[in-house]
Amino acid sequence: MQAFTQLNGLVVPLDRANVDTDAIIPKQFLKSIKRSGFGPNAFDEWRYLEHGEPGMDNSKRKINPDFVLNQARYQGASVLLARENFGCGSSREHAPWALEDYGFRVIIAPSFADIFFNNCFKNGMLPIVLSADDVDALFEETEASEGYKLNIDLSEQSITSPSGKSYKFDVDAFRKHCLLNGLDDIGLTMQHQDAIKAFETKHKAVQPWLFN
Amino acid sequence: MSAKTLYDKLFDSHVVTEENGTALIYIDRHLVHEVTSPQAFEGLRLAGRKPWRKDSIVATADHNTPTNGWEKGLDGIADPISRIQIETLDSNIKEFGAKAYFPFMDKGQGIVHVMGPEQGATLPGMTVVCGDSHTSTHGAFGALAHGIGTSEVEHVMATQCLVQKKSKSMLVRVDGKLGKGVTAKDVALAIIGKIGTAGGTGYAIEFGGSVIRALTMEGRMTLCNMAIEAGARAGMVAVDDATINYVKGRPYAPKADQWAAAVAYWRTLVSDDGAEFDATVVLNGDDIQPQVTWGTSPEMVVGIDGMVPDPANESDATKKGSMERALQYMGLQANTPMNEISIDKVFIGSCTNSRIEDLRAAASVAKGKKIAGTVKLALVVPGSGLVKAQAEAEGLDKVFKEAGFEWREPGCSMCLAMNADRLESGERCASTSNRNFEGRQGLGGRTHLVSPEMAAAAAIAGHFVDVRSFN
Repeated sequence: MQAFTQLNGLVVPLDRANVDTDAIIPKQFLKSIKRSGFGPNAFDEWRYLEHGEPGMDNSKRKINPDFVLNQARYQGASVLLARENFGCGSSREHAPWALEDYGFRVIIAPSFADIFFNNCFKNGMLPIVLSADDVDALFEETEASEGYKLNIDLSEQSITSPSGKSYKFDVDAFRKHCLLNGLDDIGLTMQHQDAIKAFETKHKAVQPWLFN
Repeated sequence: MSAKTLYDKLFDSHVVTEENGTALIYIDRHLVHEVTSPQAFEGLRLAGRKPWRKDSIVATADHNTPTNGWEKGLDGIADPISRIQIETLDSNIKEFGAKAYFPFMDKGQGIVHVMGPEQGATLPGMTVVCGDSHTSTHGAFGALAHGIGTSEVEHVMATQCLVQKKSKSMLVRVDGKLGKGVTAKDVALAIIGKIGTAGGTGYAIEFGGSVIRALTMEGRMTLCNMAIEAGARAGMVAVDDATINYVKGRPYAPKADQWAAAVAYWRTLVSDDGAEFDATVVLNGDDIQPQVTWGTSPEMVVGIDGMVPDPANESDATKKGSMERALQYMGLQANTPMNEISIDKVFIGSCTNSRIEDLRAAASVAKGKKIAGTVKLALVVPGSGLVKAQAEAEGLDKVFKEAGFEWREPGCSMCLAMNADRLESGERCASTSNRNFEGRQGLGGRTHLVSPEMAAAAAIAGHFVDVRSFN
């Protein structure tokens, strides 16, 4: 997994609540058996004016000029500013794969859906929860100032705005450690294989029918 | 010892290690389908890893499978990339192994959350995971069941464990008694309408109270299925006679020599008297009407007697914006009575409402009637091959066909429209599925979530109608 330490990134504001994973990556793109290449179809139904299917040349499709990601000033954004309950719905990891492939490394919102939140960390992305008031302030500043960038420092757990204002955020210690060091969960868990085997023996003694 | 919740018991009995609140929990059952597993198997292959316990894996193909044209076999899958995904599951199971596999067109094939319980592959006391958010369904058995992402699918395959922090606990208690024509689906939607789609975020929900105790296992599965729509990764119901009677005799249930011990253990899977929950929500079942969603989130729901709400009455700016956007997408005017909304299509199916009891309920409404001339398509998609066979043995297929419904092969179908079953832009659907998101059932499609009875009644009437007074 790619590590995440620090980022100074252009911010794009997506001013909608309850953005679901069907919207982030529509179902027709879930037929891929790969985990890369979903970026051009991130937010497909909002981003393009015509229906998209896998295998299309997306550079030739008509884009929706009203959709915020398509606006010239937000090209190259790596920080997605969002509203509450971002990533709700399906567990599809294709959603963080699509956002990461598009170029996002950080998503800031007042709240996230659990499974999506968890999936981000598995892909070197940092979802950050800030208070609704702080998110409101960031929306205002982003929209008011072209080229608005935020500096995000994971080890300090801080976000710094261009005016020097600093926002602290919480992150689970284990997830932070994995993200800072780009650690693969499976490798870490395998360090506990003796404990897993011991648990399995004990578990089988209590509920043998689970091992039929 | 302090009183424990059901969730405490399930979580604590699966902790392998714990450090600073982050635990490794052991997974008993891993359900696998074709969409969220190929990248996980590929990860194992690249790392030279094998499944830790292949006997924990039970797999089936469901999301992509067509619901007609089965006589053509794999050639009946029109979309070549859907076909590749289904064939990839075949080859991965062949290479890595599984306890049981119900491939495309097998008589046991079905929606993973219908198949698991009917096979007895879901048991009380288990931890159950699947790369699908509706895995919460299995909590109906007094199991701890989570949806997971593909990286976690690979993690569970490789290590038999999941890295978890314990959630907070919420009790949703539904007191009283449901009226005639009011179902578990209506209870689920009423709960989501009350607490919102993020109301359960960070919680594991236990459903309790007299209404829940009176529900059948099918009803409890419908309810737990939609826990994720309330934001909770896991929903659960305590074990009682209904649970044990349902499990008994199923193919992968404990056999005679282990049955008594298993039942004795399962009987402990209830929240202790005096157990404390971090949050409690109470509803009165007598007040719940048949529900219909009007918007693009399951929390946008009203009773059938109600009207499409008016954004002008909403003071919160973000909510007001969401409502206006939803009404525009849905092509609805504020203050329209719900029972005046006409529909184009009907979908009876999905992991929420495709079990035998759902089909019986829908058939009882449709029996001897015809679908309205304005309804272009009314689909009935059984949850599994076994549900389909049972329904046919009871003659339900004939009831549906005589009423003008199409009787299809099992699968996820138009719940998410990954196969050929979908809405065209602007079409309005009465659907027994779980999500009314924009584009969920097809680009521009307009979904209204309802119970099977309400969907069948809408098919006959051509518009939403109160099933309690429908005949």
